[in-house]
Order: sequence, then C-alpha cells, then structure tokens
Amino acid sequence: MSTRTLRLWRGDADGGELVDYEVEAVSGMVVLDAVLEIQRTHAPDLAVRWNCKAAKCGSCSAEVNGRPRLMCKTRLGALPEDEPITVQPMRAFPIIRDLVTDVSWNYEVNQRIPPFTPSPDAEWSIGQEDVDRMSEFRKCIECFLCQDVCHVLRDHRLHESYFGPRFLVRIASLEMHPLDTLDRTDLVADEGGLGLCNITKCCSEVCPEHIHITDNAIIPLKERVVDRRYDPLLRLLRRIAGRGQAG
Amino acid sequence: MGVERHDYDVLVIGAGGAGLRAAIAAAEAGARTALVCRSLLGKAHTVMAEGGVAAALGNVAPDDDWRVHFQDTMFGGKYLNNWHMAELHAKEAPDRVRELEQWGGVFDRTPDRKMSQRAFGGHTYKRLVHIGDRTGLELIRTLQDKAVHAGIDVFMECTITRLLKDGERVCGAFGYRRATGEFLVFAARALVLATGGAGKCWRITSNSWECTGDGHALAYEVGAELVDMEFVQFHPTGMVWPPGVIGLLVTEAVRGEGGILRNAEGERFMERYDPKRLELSTRDVVARAIYTEVKERRGTPHGGVFLDVSHLGDAFVKSKLPSMYEQFMELAGVDITREHMEVGPTCHYFMGGIRVDAETGASSVPGLFAAGECAGGMNGANRLGGNSLSDLLVFGKRTGDCAAQHGADAPQIDDADVADAAAELTRDLSAPGGEDPYRLHAELQATMQEDVGIFRDEAGLTAAVAHLDDLVRRAADARSPSPTPAYNPGWHLCRDLRNMLIVSEAVARAALLRQESRGAHSRLDFPDFADYWGEHNIVVRKDADGMRVEARPVVKTAELATLIEQRKEAERA
Repeated sequence: MSTRTLRLWRGDADGGELVDYEVEAVSGMVVLDAVLEIQRTHAPDLAVRWNCKAAKCGSCSAEVNGRPRLMCKTRLGALPEDEPITVQPMRAFPIIRDLVTDVSWNYEVNQRIPPFTPSPDAEWSIGQEDVDRMSEFRKCIECFLCQDVCHVLRDHRLHESYFGPRFLVRIASLEMHPLDTLDRTDLVADEGGLGLCNITKCCSEVCPEHIHITDNAIIPLKERVVDRRYDPLLRLLRRIAGRGQAG
Repeated sequence: MGVERHDYDVLVIGAGGAGLRAAIAAAEAGARTALVCRSLLGKAHTVMAEGGVAAALGNVAPDDDWRVHFQDTMFGGKYLNNWHMAELHAKEAPDRVRELEQWGGVFDRTPDRKMSQRAFGGHTYKRLVHIGDRTGLELIRTLQDKAVHAGIDVFMECTITRLLKDGERVCGAFGYRRATGEFLVFAARALVLATGGAGKCWRITSNSWECTGDGHALAYEVGAELVDMEFVQFHPTGMVWPPGVIGLLVTEAVRGEGGILRNAEGERFMERYDPKRLELSTRDVVARAIYTEVKERRGTPHGGVFLDVSHLGDAFVKSKLPSMYEQFMELAGVDITREHMEVGPTCHYFMGGIRVDAETGASSVPGLFAAGECAGGMNGANRLGGNSLSDLLVFGKRTGDCAAQHGADAPQIDDADVADAAAELTRDLSAPGGEDPYRLHAELQATMQEDVGIFRDEAGLTAAVAHLDDLVRRAADARSPSPTPAYNPGWHLCRDLRNMLIVSEAVARAALLRQESRGAHSRLDFPDFADYWGEHNIVVRKDADGMRVEARPVVKTAELATLIEQRKEAERA
C-alpha cells in the first residue's frame, strides 16, 4: 500500500479549481476506485458518473492526466508515481458539476440518424464476415471519449455542424449492414459534417474498445461520399440505370 | 422548491432491457409513454450481460424446442417457478430474438448464415444466441435505437422515490432530477417497474450503484406482494484479484466455451459436485462448490479457484471471449490465453421480485406492472444463465402491451402526497445532524455479506434481521453530508439506502422462514430439500404491523404437469 495524491477538478458551470486528496492505494486500484473512496471518506458530495465499473457501459469518462480515459479502466499503477494524478471532466461538453458533464447533445445527434431499415421481405441470412465487420463498430460503449478528444468538437466547438466520430461509427455500421435499405451518404456528408474530419486519428487512439474509427469507419464513409458525388463514371452508370440518389 | 409535472398513459421506470422493451411495446400500442432512468440511456445493467439470450431456435441443435427449454428452466428453478411464466418465456423467446435481429441487432452466425447458439449451464442444448461476450450491450443498443424512434419521452438521470396512489390503484410517481435536484411528478394511467435487482446490498457484487432494489421497495410500499425474495443468485465466477476489481463478473460463456475449473491442488473439483454437467452445472451448484473448496482450504492464494481457457487456443479465446481477454489483461495483468483466471462467487441477480400475473405482468396493486429482474416468479429458486435476457424481452413486451391497454380513468394526484414525498427529500438534504449514509451502507453490506450470503443459518439470519431493524431506524435519520442539490451522491444515497433496507429485510426474513436448502438458498441447519417447501413460494407484503412473510402454494398449470413429471423422472434416472 502506498499513498497517492489525486488532484480532482471541483466546481460547476460557473468555474472551479483542482483540489488535492490523498488515497491509500491498494493493489490493482483503478482511478474510479480512488475517486469513489474519496467520495466515501473526504468529499461525500463529489459528483462522478459511473455504472458498471467494468469498462462495459462507458459512463465514467474523464480526462486523467490530460488524456481522455475511462476511470474504471485506468489503473493507478500505470500512472507516474512521482506526481499527483489529475482527473478533470471531459472538455467537449458543458460542465454539470465536478467530474460530470452534460452529454445530452450526443443523444440528440443519435436521434437524427435514420434507424436500421430492412426491406419488408428481407431474408434473414447473414454471414459471419458481415457480422465481424459490423461488430467492430457495435462494440462501441458510447463513452464519448472520441467526441471529447476530437478537435472539431473540443477546440472548434462545431457541435452544430458535425456529428463526431461516435456517430460516424454508428452510421458506418448501419451502412455496412447487408440488409439495410437506406442510403445515409447525403446525411453524413451534409448534416453530419464528414468533411470536417481531417483524419488525425485522435479518436482511434483514445477508444477504449480499440475500434479503428478512422481507418474502418470514417475513411470508408469518405470514400463512399466521393464515389457517389464525384465519380463521373458511376454517375453516368447510375443515370443509365435510372436510379436517382436515394436520400 | 417547485415541482415539474408530466402526464402520460404509461410510465416506465427503468431503462434496462425490460424497461426499454416495455416502453417500445406501450408506444407501439398507441400509449403516450415516458421512460425514466437513473443513468444515461444505454448504460443500464443489461450491458453487463455477456453470454447470450436463451431461445429454443434450434439453429444449432435441431432437437431443441420450447418444451425442453421450459423443462430446463423449471429444473434450474427447482420447480418453484410460476409454471405459466416459464412456459410463456420458453414459447415466446424465439420470436423476441428474431424481432431483435429485425430491429438491427447483430449476432454471431452458424456456417449456414443463421444466428449461432452456444452451450450454457443447465441448458440441455446449445441455446444461447450471442455476439462474442457482449450480448447485453448488443441487446440494449438495439432496443435503445428502436426506442428513440418510437415516440417515447425519455427522462435520463432521474430517480423515482415514491409511487402515488389514487384509492387502491397507483396513478403516478414522484422523483427528482439527479443533475439539479429538481422535483418531478408523473401522472400515469399505468406504471411499469423495470428497475432490476439489488446487488448493492452485498459487499461483493457484480452490480453497479444503480442496483438498489428501487422497484421492489416502491412496490412494497404501496402494498404490492413480493415473491421468492430468499433466492439471490451468487454468480459462481467473479474476479477475486486484484482487490480493486473484486466481484467483477467473469461471464459463464467462459465455461460455456470449454473453460475448466480447478482448485489449488489442480483437481477438477466439479467432478465431485456434479459429475454429469461439470462446469456447466447450474449456477447455484457451481457457486456452492467454489465456496466450499475455498472454505476447505483448497482455494487459491487470493481466495478463489482457477478457471482456465488456455487449452482452447489463442485465436479462439480472443474471438469468442474478447472482452474477458481484455478485462483480465487490463485490470489484472493476466493473459487468459496463457494463464489461469482466479474466480469466486459474487452477488449477481435477484430471482425474487414483485409478484406478477404471468400473462400481463400486473402486480397485486391495480395499475402497477413489473417486468425483468424486479419481477418474481419466472426463475423460481435459481435462474439459468441466458434466461434473464430472454425474460426481459418476453415479459417486457407483454407488460408494455398490457400497461398500454390498461384502460384506467385519468389519474388524480393528491397534492398532499406530493408534498410529503418532497418533504422527505428536502429533509434528507437540509435537516441538521443525522447519520452518514455511506457508513450505514457499509454496515448493511457487511451484514448481508456475512449473514445472508451463499450459506445461511438461523443464528446468522436472526442476527441479520435484528441488525437490519437497527439500520432501518438509523437510516430514517440519514442526512446528506452536504447541502448542494446538484448531482449530490451523498444525498441520493440516503433515499437509496431505505430501499436497500426494505429489500434486505425481505430477503433475510424469507430466508429465515424457508427451513430447507433449495436452489440459491442454502441453509447449513437445513441442508436438504423439504417436501412442503418444494410446493410453496414465500410471499412478502407490508401490513399494518410491518413486514409480513407467508408461504403460498406454487402457481401451477395442469397441462404442463406431464412435462414436469417427465423431467423429474429423467433426473432420478
């Protein structure tokens, strides 16, 4: 056992400050354990959002030593011992209190994405290779760390014109479903602001589920938009086939 | 403080699988529907379900059908299940699973492109539809995406603290917004409780902070009956090391895919406890076996047993058990493709719950319905793995449908009840002095862990009841250590604690009454089955003198008797 200092951001929408707390670190302790121990013993009104404590629900997102992480998955032992562990709320969203932010914007974005729409006479025959491809995206636990780290949202605050990596992943999973009949290309290109992503891959780096957000979701979506909108041969073929661009 | 008011036809409390499925059904039936949940949408405990959804599709084992699933469920529940519930569940689970797929749910496939099914404890055939070991997440996300386009109003991060009555029937609910502390009142023609379990009453649990038995306690307070409360499932395999992750679930899929349990001496000890089913025996049996091995000093240094999948091969483990690989690697520094896991029992699931009608999910109080883990009857004395996800789909839908059709008059909320409910919360927040809720919670957990755990006896249970009685009195004086109404967990815990105490008392008293060992209830002083108790459930309700606990005959269905007898016969053979 050793004593560790946690430097937690305390405050609300009007401002706040970093406050130091000491915790007896036990073996295998994760940052969330330490924060909850502080809540039990030193700061009973410390606001922190968490649920499963098993990296399956994506509730306890925060910035640990400046990096977006799940508190339940970050072991104290993996952080430098000679300095305090700083825990701050996600920066891309409005503060509610202490470590809790208002992530409701994400739920509004999700609602704007047309849901899975199979044809009424679809035959439910799907191959494992399709499942594997979609499954990577459907692993997403909606921790919103990718949204938090994305400079389009974090620094440029373009929440009005960009869906963010999480929902590009969601759209990619719908678009890759072999039995889905909708085409969300226009949605993702226009309303979704796909072009604002300049593939710096920060989202992939912080994803606790190791989803290759940029390579496997965003870049294929970008290619699809380019094909649809700018490929003259495809456009010609489409015109000959008499198929307009479905919305 | 002002009170924000909302009016609906159906109010669903809880947004795990059962609540989401009920809300979708109610909205599709044309009811104005609200869904209230304590966390963000999609974070409920259903995400923790890993192994799969049990449904007799027969995709992998063509001989499987609802009758065998029914028999397995009844055998697992030691025949205390509500027969008709177990029947409906087995018959309707396949349709509910196919429906999920049509809503966009994605599951692992067979070579002939159908949904694949895996083996699980207590299931005769390979029956669990799954996706890797994150089936619960797939299920909740599919339902969530369906629900947000179904015209349901969702109130996230709101806690309900009281149900409101209009004469005999329930007509609404009172609660608060967790982020601000603002009060809310809902008027509704019908209410559906789908609040899950109460594992937070124990120290070692796989459950999150949300599992405080709110639905059980809210229903009890308005006079509804609870059933089978003595049956609490201790999942055989929780992590035991390092200390920070004690209790964290290790999915049964590990054993379903071929994982082997060994004690510290290297012995495959399940050969002594259930030579026929071995690791895939029912959860009650495996949990007791592990507990006994540890107690008799054949456990690992960290107080568990070994669970090994290293013989299955690196690629297989990573594809079939990816989140377990990740969990052990990240949290314990253990590579399960090469090293043993160390596991021990962890409080996991409530078989007991609000007593409901099998067909409708109606409780004994008019207008009040319940589905999922907070409802009782489906699982009897022990639940089979995989039956919770199918339970919440089958009965979530039924309950939502029936709540929508519950043609009650417009609800009349009594302002005095609202004022009273508000006064309780205000007092918890701002009255001086009082008990520290965190400390009371720790005492509660210690008592339940020590005296109302896997093995019980009269002395321990009697001591627990007395201690709980004391805690109930002290919890009335629990006060928030800080006066802020915004996102204040200390304040919230004061109220949650009272719910946990009601549930804990119900468990302890029912456990004291049941003088036998059956399923998840093991009495050291009554180690055998008792014929009388094999025919009786225990019902708990509130009356003028306090908590009343009584035996009630098992709810049977004449047409199913042959199936039951066949199974009993087969087990004797």
